Amino acid sequence: MPYAAPLKEFRFLLETVAPIGELAALTHFAEATPDTVQAILEETAKFASEVLDPLNWPGDREGARRHDDGSVSTPSGFKAAYETFRAIGGMGLPMPPEFGGLGMPRSVATLTDEMLHASCMSFGLMPMLTQGAIEALLIAGSDELKRTYVEKMVSGEWAGTMNLTEPQAGSDLALVKTRAERAPDGTYRLFGTKIYITYGEHDWTENIIHLVLARTPDAPEGVKGISLFVVPKFLVNADGSVGARNDVRCVSLEHKLGIHGSPTAVMQYGDHGGAVGYLVGEENRGLEYMFIMMNLARFGVGLQGIGIAERAYQRAAAFARERLQSRDVADPKGPTVPIIRHPDVRRMLLRMRAQTEAARALAMATAHAFDLAEAHPDAAIRKANQAFVDLMIPVVKGWSTEMAQDVTYQGIQVHGGMGYVEETGAAQYYRDARITTIYEGTTAIQANDLIGRKMAREGGVTAKALIETMRAFVAGLESASHAHLVAARRRLAQGIDALERGVDWNLAHWKTELRACYAGSVPMVKLFGIVCGAWALARVAKASAERLDAGDADRAFHEAKLATLRFYVDTMIPEAIAAAEVITDGAEGTLALDEAAF
Amino acid sequence: MKVLVPVKRVVDYNVKVRVKSDNTGVDIANVKMSMNPFCEIAVEEAVRLKEKGIATEIVAVSAGVAQCQETLRNAMAIGADRGILIETDAELQPLAVAKLLKAVVEREQPRLVILGKQAIDDDANQTGQMLAALLGWGQATFASKVEIDGGVARVTCEVDGGLETVLVNLPAIVTTDLRLNEPRYATLPNIMKAKKKPLETVKPVDLGVDVTPRLTVLRVEEPPKRQGGIKVPDVATLIEKLRNEAKVI
Repeated sequence: MPYAAPLKEFRFLLETVAPIGELAALTHFAEATPDTVQAILEETAKFASEVLDPLNWPGDREGARRHDDGSVSTPSGFKAAYETFRAIGGMGLPMPPEFGGLGMPRSVATLTDEMLHASCMSFGLMPMLTQGAIEALLIAGSDELKRTYVEKMVSGEWAGTMNLTEPQAGSDLALVKTRAERAPDGTYRLFGTKIYITYGEHDWTENIIHLVLARTPDAPEGVKGISLFVVPKFLVNADGSVGARNDVRCVSLEHKLGIHGSPTAVMQYGDHGGAVGYLVGEENRGLEYMFIMMNLARFGVGLQGIGIAERAYQRAAAFARERLQSRDVADPKGPTVPIIRHPDVRRMLLRMRAQTEAARALAMATAHAFDLAEAHPDAAIRKANQAFVDLMIPVVKGWSTEMAQDVTYQGIQVHGGMGYVEETGAAQYYRDARITTIYEGTTAIQANDLIGRKMAREGGVTAKALIETMRAFVAGLESASHAHLVAARRRLAQGIDALERGVDWNLAHWKTELRACYAGSVPMVKLFGIVCGAWALARVAKASAERLDAGDADRAFHEAKLATLRFYVDTMIPEAIAAAEVITDGAEGTLALDEAAF
Repeated sequence: MKVLVPVKRVVDYNVKVRVKSDNTGVDIANVKMSMNPFCEIAVEEAVRLKEKGIATEIVAVSAGVAQCQETLRNAMAIGADRGILIETDAELQPLAVAKLLKAVVEREQPRLVILGKQAIDDDANQTGQMLAALLGWGQATFASKVEIDGGVARVTCEVDGGLETVLVNLPAIVTTDLRLNEPRYATLPNIMKAKKKPLETVKPVDLGVDVTPRLTVLRVEEPPKRQGGIKVPDVATLIEKLRNEAKVI
């Protein structure tokens, strides 16, 4: 069952929660007119369905391989697919035109990224990491570094990687040990081992530009002593051509649960005299630069969750329509029916679909805020949107990837025994999705960011403003006449109240019971996710109700939006209320057991 | 050499089409529309001729509703230089389209017109041939290879028995078969550039063409549902059933 991008839904999101017309009216995004954006989405959808989708399953079987000489090959067809991706100009879509990019808004890139991850997440990782490396260079690189590297990375001629993790430094980057020694010519020599390097080695591009965190000899301890370096696989000559091989090698690939097509490398720097590195920005500010870039990277992983959830839903829905088992419970003497007729299969499919759509709508609302924060002429509007983005990043990342665990789990469950057998493909989504709650910061790291940096540090100002925005939206549903919207109004109000209880409790106990606040941090991500997701989904459904009232001919599409919202608020808001209770009442139990008793 | 490429907007090949409840036609409301795949092949071939330095200008032309502009933009994103939309809400049958195209050919004076062999909606397979007849030009249909040599096109055509190579003097009509080429993906920068290429809109009346349908569609129906199969005990029963039930031998 081939992947089909939900283009109609994409288009509607660009008319509702992320209005593209509003962006196209700004000088910065003048090129992003609705018809151009539509053509870009359609062409990307074609590439995803025709080129990437057929590679997904064979790529999982074959996997990436490292050869004795240290070179790495990806599964058959991946390299050719990348050639096509490069030729299309996919890498430069959200990048600035001055470096050869198309300058398209984040809200457009959000949808194209989703399609890449939905059709083949192992492939989608490479552009994601390369774009992350480009961002880091744009944020902090000198003009010379930008001139040397960025244009060739935007065109896709060269790839990029992010080298953060070391065996002893996972979530805690303060423990990074890789050394960077100053050379007389102003460059550096790097020595050390980096692990979990996505696409650390491959044969797709002429050069690979590694961005590496390391310490200079006299750097202060901890996070304030980490610097960021560019270490190209091949040194670049003055004329921009590729020169001598640098002292960096892939020494092994990890054997993983999922994303088998994506080479996850152990990289060794400096075994033969030191890898030549170039400082990005200033010494000791590496982590700071990395965190600016990290916002986008975390958002991107959230999109992986949404993409893979969409794919799992499509496959499960197709299977449930075809698989004949048992009679309709209401017609025990009747014929054998497709399993989609059984109420619990409906429940599973709706749970998959509703969570995916809610997460997507929230991601798109966030992407739109990204774009306004970047390009709106009014500084106050830019600031308000940036605050919303900052608050939502840990939610989009943390919640969309956790919901993908549930969705891919349900995807297997719909298939029954056939789902546990690899050949249906459902199992691959479950395995591939599993990494998304781990890399670019585990869910707990997102949760820490949410309650610490994004809420407590500013006394919850943005969170409370968001609660008021959502309350105003619910008040606006007063006149709603559609039955599902009327029902959703009450549920939404309950959800927002629960969110407020959780947020207030957390803020009130921050000074006095910090461990208790952290004990409820992951439930806080869930609470935010479900309630903000409901709000985003309801905004879309409200627009659908208006379209129906105006006589829109596509009734089936809009009625589905309303029915999906109804299912979501009736079954998910209770989970949000429960999460709020875990936050306010669960800490004592979580902290009671003596550490020695574990 | 100027090349004219007519392109048609049809229901996307991935869409499962449904007959309207009143049996007057296929429901095309709210379904994804795209360029006819054979027309994509025609555009690709024209672009390849341009890349070889044989064609100098590619003009894409489409006839139909205002949304055919999207199809023309798509052709321009693949590489056509400009577009002409013959805009009408009227039902267009192959003969009317051939007459409209004849008028455009007389205005534009191309040396070569490349069309899809048929459109995947009505599968008529008539427009190219009718256009050749109306213009009095040579035609090479179902092309799987096109070589231009001076004033002559050497075209390999797919026929029932295999391949047939024909030489046609230019100006000429070529219709494309599936194996002629594999169309490229439009690049995203070219999609953006296509927006700035000229697109002219004319009406059938401007071209002096009466597009009134000459054929009447009586009724459109779904193909019969496939019946469940059965096992037969022996060959004799099989032949008996083929003869008396299926009535195919």
